[in-house]
Amino acid sequence: MDYALQQAINALQLGSIYALIALGYSLVYGVLGMINFAHGDVFMLGAFACFVLVMWIPLPLVVVLPAVMVITGLAGMLIERVAYRPLRRAPKVSAIITALGCGLVIANAVNSLSPYSQSMPRLLEDETHTLFGEVKVSSLQILITGVAVGLMVGLDFVVRKTRFGMAMRAIAQDRATVALMGVPVNRIIALTFGIGASLGGAAGVLYGLAYPVIAAPMGVLVGWKAFVAAVIGGIGNVRGAMLGGYLIGAVEVTTVAVLPSTYRDLIAYSLLLVILIFKPHGLLGRPVNQKV
Amino acid sequence: MNATSTPAGSAERAKDTVLSVRNLTVNYGDIRAVKGVSFDVRRGEIFTLIGANGAGKTSTLRALSGLCPCGGEIVLEGRALGGAAPEVIVAAGMSQVPEGRGIFGALTVAENLRLGAWIRRDREGVAADLERMFGYFPRLRERREQLAGTLSGGEQQMLAVARALMSRARVLLLDEPSMGLAPKLVKEIYAVLREINARGVTILLVEQNANLALRLADRAAVLETGEVVLSGAGAELLDHPRVREAYLG
Repeated sequence: MDYALQQAINALQLGSIYALIALGYSLVYGVLGMINFAHGDVFMLGAFACFVLVMWIPLPLVVVLPAVMVITGLAGMLIERVAYRPLRRAPKVSAIITALGCGLVIANAVNSLSPYSQSMPRLLEDETHTLFGEVKVSSLQILITGVAVGLMVGLDFVVRKTRFGMAMRAIAQDRATVALMGVPVNRIIALTFGIGASLGGAAGVLYGLAYPVIAAPMGVLVGWKAFVAAVIGGIGNVRGAMLGGYLIGAVEVTTVAVLPSTYRDLIAYSLLLVILIFKPHGLLGRPVNQKV
Repeated sequence: MNATSTPAGSAERAKDTVLSVRNLTVNYGDIRAVKGVSFDVRRGEIFTLIGANGAGKTSTLRALSGLCPCGGEIVLEGRALGGAAPEVIVAAGMSQVPEGRGIFGALTVAENLRLGAWIRRDREGVAADLERMFGYFPRLRERREQLAGTLSGGEQQMLAVARALMSRARVLLLDEPSMGLAPKLVKEIYAVLREINARGVTILLVEQNANLALRLADRAAVLETGEVVLSGAGAELLDHPRVREAYLG
């Protein structure tokens, strides 16, 4: 029992990180109907931005986290402007290839600057609290989960309750008609990319805190898992992305607890296939109404 | 009587005209959908463009709202808007009710209306206009917090008209508001258009239903394969042999 609870706490931390990244895939898919395959690498960029910042000036986390979010947010908007916007009317395949290309450029850029993995300096004192029996929770786990949940609740509010969120939801449905309302569609799309990328960057920081060895390939390794989470939850759906993130986190932690750890990714990706067979639009996704 | 240096006629026209379109062209690849269309819409009138499917009516309206690249001149209240972005055109005072209504089905009725007021910053004014719209279309008030996708076709058309008015447009473009609606609902929509017009909104109406549009309109133009082939007062065109033969059967 204690063991199961302990694993649940671990799953919560991992799931929070996946969920945060998955949101970026889902937001962009929601407004543009395209999959931003560079997003995993933006997440990795976030971890490295954090590393560079902290090595340069040892600032506290309350400064570093927002700074990294701004940096990756701007990076996301830059990618949208330079790589995706010119292709908006091009076939979907071109946009997908471009996204993959952007991801490869970022990964290789980081890789050439830092060919070896780096260890993230400790940003805060980690204390372990015993909840009861053998169940322990570290202050780091509380922090990671808390920050992630806070950001997700904030995003959910923005999407559902603000003018900006209203425009985002409308763009997801009918971009041309939104323009007729006087909404500056390109600006909203760019900001959506920025928000998604900044959440990915935040996830990069949190990941670096939890698993302090960072390297360029982590963008692909963790990013794909988060993409799977977004698809399982129903891509384009904000709450679906969160659900998918926690689900993948739970599946991974459970797999490692009962099977050899090499099965971890196999089970996670198999779950994707199984869920899509029964729910082709993901758990919370709805069939897209094709416009005639 | 008139001592100004400009010829009286053209000064009169300039003052009177709210929207002036000159040699408008729209191309889709190699296909020229609109081939140099010109017309003037006067302040406070209902002007209608009629024509068969594929005559270039929708392309003309899309160009006027900045949704597709076009050639020629578009002047709204003395301001050149050719090639302007859609949001600039809305802010300049011209809104459109698009073909097929363009309702955001996953948003509530109230959200659809608030989206229509995007360019405005006067909260009280927007709230007052929201009430005004519910006055025009009481059924929308009942369905205020409902998802717009659950509305009937007629209610959606009412929502589309109300939404376009939320921007405080002085010129309203409508693309086939009667499409797919029962005659009773069409009557209702047209009655509201007349009322909106009576309150000073200039209307440019595109219709396939020539009979209906010509009865409502002060003046009209007939589009055929991307060109204006006839124009005149609405009642006049209603009796024109060519119009009778081609559109009124």
